[in-house]
Amino acid sequence: MDVILGITTANEVIVITSRAFVRGVSILKADDKDKTRILSPHTMMAFTGESGDTVQFAEFIQANIQLHEMRNAVELSPSAITSFLRNQLATSLRSRKPYNVNVLVAGYDEAKGKPELNWVDYLSAKVSVPYAAHGYAAYYTLSLLDRWHRTDLTLEEGLKVAEMCVAELKKRLPIDFKGVDIKVVDKDGIRTEKVIE
Amino acid sequence: MSRRYDSRTTIFSPEGRLYQVEYALEAISHAGTSIGILAKDGIVLAAERKVTSKLLEQDTSAEKLYTINENMICAVAGLNSDASILVNYARVYSQDYLKLYNEEIPCEALVRRVCDLKQGYTQHGGLRPFGVSFIYAGWDPIYDFQLYQSNPSGNYGGWKATSVGANNATAQTLLKQDYKEDCTLQEAGELAMKVLSKTMDATTLTSEKVEFATVGKDKEGKVYCHLWKPAEIDVLLKKFGLAKKVEDEDDE
Repeated sequence: MDVILGITTANEVIVITSRAFVRGVSILKADDKDKTRILSPHTMMAFTGESGDTVQFAEFIQANIQLHEMRNAVELSPSAITSFLRNQLATSLRSRKPYNVNVLVAGYDEAKGKPELNWVDYLSAKVSVPYAAHGYAAYYTLSLLDRWHRTDLTLEEGLKVAEMCVAELKKRLPIDFKGVDIKVVDKDGIRTEKVIE
Repeated sequence: MSRRYDSRTTIFSPEGRLYQVEYALEAISHAGTSIGILAKDGIVLAAERKVTSKLLEQDTSAEKLYTINENMICAVAGLNSDASILVNYARVYSQDYLKLYNEEIPCEALVRRVCDLKQGYTQHGGLRPFGVSFIYAGWDPIYDFQLYQSNPSGNYGGWKATSVGANNATAQTLLKQDYKEDCTLQEAGELAMKVLSKTMDATTLTSEKVEFATVGKDKEGKVYCHLWKPAEIDVLLKKFGLAKKVEDEDDE
């Protein structure tokens, strides 16, 4: 019952991930569960799914992207990174023991000068979207995002929408997810914008 | 037992040289000349096609210039049979990259990949190196238009104007003399043809002996790679005054 949410604004992508480490109905750890990995200077991924698979897969992608960038001395675009990730997940899906991981890839495409958000599920369906969520978070927040999201949002407006989503989730999810980390990807890179306890 | 002698093909000589690689380079210096020139708005490749016999069916398809992918072409000098193996390898690799990343491969990444393959054959015993030099012309969003040259040793470099094949020293001197920074594609084409006409045995050029290709951007800013048809080359040669019958040189 992890929460991962992505919202694009005019110049950045906001990524929201819950802080609790949950298994079934139990909270195993209340904070410090980072559900994101930095893939390149302008691209990060957030993930949910089978715990164990998630981190293993995320770090596998992270290492491969870093290797590629070291070899070629150029940064890959968020869409190229997502294509690579999708290909790896699709290969895994057809193996004996597939990764059970759902992913959001948030990035800033420097060549196009635009933020980009990609949604990939454990069946390797990939789509580029203005806002996205995985799991139960999607049920409670997509209606809010439908109502309030615009492509020309400023960061402040985007964060306000994000806070609305978090408030709604706190109200309606049966398990306390112990607040969220809010990260932002823009032309300057990736940073933790704030933490809502 | 014979492997002991075979593997010598890629072993250093007492003077520290690799003979097989040097012989491969020698093979290339007998091949028809290929020239590449980088302009501010594109790249020109021109190549001499050696006509072996009058009786040989004149194939209209290119034999020295090849398309590699959407935004890259190359000119070859050396053994054509070796070249087609490498060209195929480059094509497959760029499609693999496209499939994996959903983006065209950056030019240098592809050049390096093919060069790594070539290098392998200078080191692993029992096989001979590829007797091919390439001139690659391409475009990518990272470095814009680019011109690369590679040789059998697996070395490559980026160039503004370069040549491979027979008389390449002469061609290089001419290019050094006449190359202008930020020349247009049109000027680069004319220079390429002029240099080629001087390095070839024949005094006049025809579409049978010359191949010509350009990489540039169209009006919408989309990159194109164009291997010129014989008819188009004849028109071009006439315009530059290098064709057989110099009738009227109409300027554009």
